[in-house]
Amino acid sequence: MARAVSTRRTVFFTIVAWIIALLIFFPILYTIITSFKSETEAIQGFNLIPSATVESYAAVQAQSNYFKFFLNSVIISVGSTLLALLIAVPAAWSMAFSPTNRTKDILMWMLSTKMMPAVAVLVPIYLLFRDFGLLDNRLGLTFMLTMINLPIVVWMLYTYFREIPGEILEAARMDGASLWNEIVYVLTPMAVPGIASTLLLNIILAWNEAFWTIRLTTTNAAPLTAFIASFSSPQGLFWAKLSAASTLAIAPILIMGWFSQKQLVRGLTFGAVK
Amino acid sequence: MATHNTRALARWMMAPSVGLLLIWMMVPLAMTLWFSFQNYNLLNPANVSWAGLFNYQFFYSDPAFFQSIWNTLVIVVGVLLITVLGGISIALLLDQPMWGQGLVRILVISPFFVMPPVAALVWKNMIMHPQYGVFADIARFFGMQPVDWFGQYPLFSIIIIVAWQWLPFATLILLTALQSLDGEQKEAAEMDGAGFVNRFIYLTVPHLARSITVVILIQTIFLLGVYAEILVTTNGGPGYASTNLPFLIYRTALLGYDVGGASAGGIIAVILANIVAFFLMRAVGKNLDK
Repeated sequence: MARAVSTRRTVFFTIVAWIIALLIFFPILYTIITSFKSETEAIQGFNLIPSATVESYAAVQAQSNYFKFFLNSVIISVGSTLLALLIAVPAAWSMAFSPTNRTKDILMWMLSTKMMPAVAVLVPIYLLFRDFGLLDNRLGLTFMLTMINLPIVVWMLYTYFREIPGEILEAARMDGASLWNEIVYVLTPMAVPGIASTLLLNIILAWNEAFWTIRLTTTNAAPLTAFIASFSSPQGLFWAKLSAASTLAIAPILIMGWFSQKQLVRGLTFGAVK
Repeated sequence: MATHNTRALARWMMAPSVGLLLIWMMVPLAMTLWFSFQNYNLLNPANVSWAGLFNYQFFYSDPAFFQSIWNTLVIVVGVLLITVLGGISIALLLDQPMWGQGLVRILVISPFFVMPPVAALVWKNMIMHPQYGVFADIARFFGMQPVDWFGQYPLFSIIIIVAWQWLPFATLILLTALQSLDGEQKEAAEMDGAGFVNRFIYLTVPHLARSITVVILIQTIFLLGVYAEILVTTNGGPGYASTNLPFLIYRTALLGYDVGGASAGGIIAVILANIVAFFLMRAVGKNLDK
């Protein structure tokens, strides 16, 4: 009896949850479907079954050199994340393993820099970038995103490193491990998962950053965010192409995102929710 | 001696992060503050002079200023209402036993990974377009007149798009918090005859309170800076109907070339963000002590 009730409950919740999930996912699903339609099909009203043509994908690549933008996105997001890790790992390490009375203040201060509205420094950054020749420059944008995400990287790494028990270090030291051996054989294996999660989340954040990437680039260094935003000016109806470009722009990061759900919570709440 | 060495090393390890961030924060902010007291137009860069508080007065007397502050707050509050209430409901639902839970979760969190320009364009063209959008198709199916969403309800349309992007964030965090709720506590309450409503009010809500605070504060920070969604859909219009403070500053700076005016607006945005930040820091800081 109890079993029948619980099965009925499960069926009910399954149906409701799937309906809501599909409604939320619908805009993405419809974009993917539309990307496999022809342009005339795309504006012929609601239709969930495309003719499965890939002409839009071919057209996007032919018209706009899509892969240049894609490559810029990869270079900027991966580059800025690696650079941020390089700067942040030592800092987070020392904060987690030899904290002082000021460690907490420094962490809070880093967090506070994240709260400065980007638009407040738009003018000086724009002028500085112009004067240093960094406008529409991949290096400039990579540096920009490094600095934007640095506080989050330090924070995430700090929360991961803090979970590595200090006793293990002591035990290794007692056994006569040198500092080098301690780092290579004891600490690194324990730190790698945390560093990997931080890497993943920050590539996602950098990939989707849509204020500086749009404002500081025009053509050469423009990543996918700027490329897609350029579609906003009306140049006729080309929704199948727009959908194809959008699908290509979000697909890699969507898949990475699915793998990083757990880290997402921790990273975006600065360790406040785990 | 060893501790002394370790401390010195620790300081050196922190130096690059702290130093870079310090320069990064102080230099542009100091420049914004300085520019905000200058008459400085990019079209006339040779003629820069001290303006005193003129830029602030100019910004203050601009009717678009109050409208943009109002719009900024409407976007923040509107999106928060939808995402927090929706997030709690969906998190509660996903916490129930069901088939394919992992897949449902993946579908629900997906919008968060969609870059803002894509989200805005997809909603603008494929969902809300007055002629070819899915909403228009639905309206025609029921024999109604399709709505021109961005013409008639620009701010509301933007709120819907931004809420769609942030709903997964709220859901995911609240779901994580729900799943950390002690199962034994729930069972005990159930055994004591507490109904669903009572369990929700006396057990779930207090447990979620802190996570809800975190969701509200973090989202507020990002929502105060909504930009790409407006740029791509309404471009701030019609008139100033969907211009928020960041968008007004962008217009003043890069379309009006008015460095002084835009900088004054920037300082106002910093003050606004600081009020929010103050509360966020307290909430997150409390957690650090644990």
